[in-house]
Amino acid sequence: MARVVVLGGGVAGHTTATFAAKWLGSQHEVVVVTPNSKWNWIPSNIWVGVGQMTKDEVTFDLAPVYQKAGIEFKQAKAVSINPEGNESSNKPFVTIEYTIAGKAGQTENVEYDYLVNATGPKLNFAATPGLGDANGLGEFTVSVCTADHAVHANDELQKSIEKMKKGQRQKFLIGTGHGMCTCQGAAFEYIFNIEHELRKAGVRDMADMKWISNEAFLGDFGMGGLHMKVGGYVVSSKLFAESLFSERGVDWLIGAHVNKVEAGKAHYELLDGSMGEEDFDFSMLIPPFAGVGLKAYNKTGEDITATVFAPNGFMKVDADYTPKPYAEWKASDWPRTYQNPSYKNMFAAGIAFAPPHIISKPMSSVNGTPINPTPPRTGMPSGIIGKAVAHSVCDLIKNGDKAHLHEASMAEMGAACVASAGKGVFSGTAAAMTVYPVVPDFEKYPGTGRDTDYTFGEIGLAGHWIKHILHYLFIYKAKLNPGWTLIPE
Amino acid sequence: MEKKVVHEELNFQRDDKMNLTMIPGKFARSMRTCLIWQFIRFVIINIKMIIVVGKSH
Repeated sequence: MARVVVLGGGVAGHTTATFAAKWLGSQHEVVVVTPNSKWNWIPSNIWVGVGQMTKDEVTFDLAPVYQKAGIEFKQAKAVSINPEGNESSNKPFVTIEYTIAGKAGQTENVEYDYLVNATGPKLNFAATPGLGDANGLGEFTVSVCTADHAVHANDELQKSIEKMKKGQRQKFLIGTGHGMCTCQGAAFEYIFNIEHELRKAGVRDMADMKWISNEAFLGDFGMGGLHMKVGGYVVSSKLFAESLFSERGVDWLIGAHVNKVEAGKAHYELLDGSMGEEDFDFSMLIPPFAGVGLKAYNKTGEDITATVFAPNGFMKVDADYTPKPYAEWKASDWPRTYQNPSYKNMFAAGIAFAPPHIISKPMSSVNGTPINPTPPRTGMPSGIIGKAVAHSVCDLIKNGDKAHLHEASMAEMGAACVASAGKGVFSGTAAAMTVYPVVPDFEKYPGTGRDTDYTFGEIGLAGHWIKHILHYLFIYKAKLNPGWTLIPE
Repeated sequence: MEKKVVHEELNFQRDDKMNLTMIPGKFARSMRTCLIWQFIRFVIINIKMIIVVGKSH
């Protein structure tokens, strides 16, 4: 009997664990280690953050789902990995620390035959003074990164709306809270959902709205932007993003590294090296992501974290990490199997894998401060990678070390993205986009780096319907309800 | 002099950045929430997304 241990219960980890349990059956063990008791459909946190959904609508308890699937669930956080075992045993193990009430703080060594690291990111609020600290979100801004954060964000939003109803102008500052953030899409959704809600509440004219982002241009989204065919033209996403911001009367500041946050004020550095500050009454700034801080030790107890993980804390996989200039970046730099090069029974999926480099053109201010988005690895890519890793692990268990590993390169994978711009069955809108491939391949697609037959985007009610349907569809799938395997990642 | 105010065009004057963008007019905006048109787009977008999903697996 083999034991597969999956670290993390988000999109990537949940997908890996549930498919592995299904394909391996009861002959082998699948264990999930995640500090959270609930699964969260993160894309809908946006709607929690504007009071259009409750926390219960975007989360569900993991324990009964894993019990149904025959998966052992340990509500704990992973602390370290010993891929060679220790001096008393050759069996690799991961050290975990329980977070569940009653066992909180207790540690345990969980042995494994195969390990899948799908921990997701650490929300690194501490990277920007005032944005938060090592314990999480600070007091000056809000976040929509977790369901609890989104509930808090809505509470603060409602206070601002009440102030506007009483005649007090409010300044909204939404975007990224550091020069190395990703997830611009979430902030993009949030600012337009707030704008939509303010119009519904009849107070839009009392609000000044501003976007602040580390993107070099609007519509970069951490993917270097995208080009799509519209009306006989092939145009950049910049044009569409600027159009939407202008249409909704939302000002923007791009190429900004927020370097300090105080009560009602964000300080920033721009690509031209100038420093500035922006006042706000309400601010949602996405924190940068980092690895969760897992350590790794060899058999003698020597620290091998730098061998297993990249400096940013994400796990090294089969990517080409050779430093090279932007002009030499290739699609083939990106990983295909997500297998750790040092320990072949370890894989990383979703945000937890270390990308070879960013996707957007690297930029830094004249002062040398890097200001560019880091690559998005959430949602559809996370699910597809998680499933491919589950496939590989199952084949390795069933067919031995020479089994073929399944591949899911982000340079050969598309992504469907639906960015809400306001909720409402008849009044809502969303930008429905697909991009193929996620990582541009300029050798295969000279010009835009992507296949413009499959890269498109448009704004409308249809996009909102799709986002709403996806909410129910993916929660249905994640609960492993009948037919769940038929719903694609 | 009689003014001709086109509501959709007012944001062009908010600042120089907005002045240099394209802003949808009344017709384009109304099509975004036109039920018949959006139902058609819903079908087309879904087909396109299914193709992309299929190519990605």
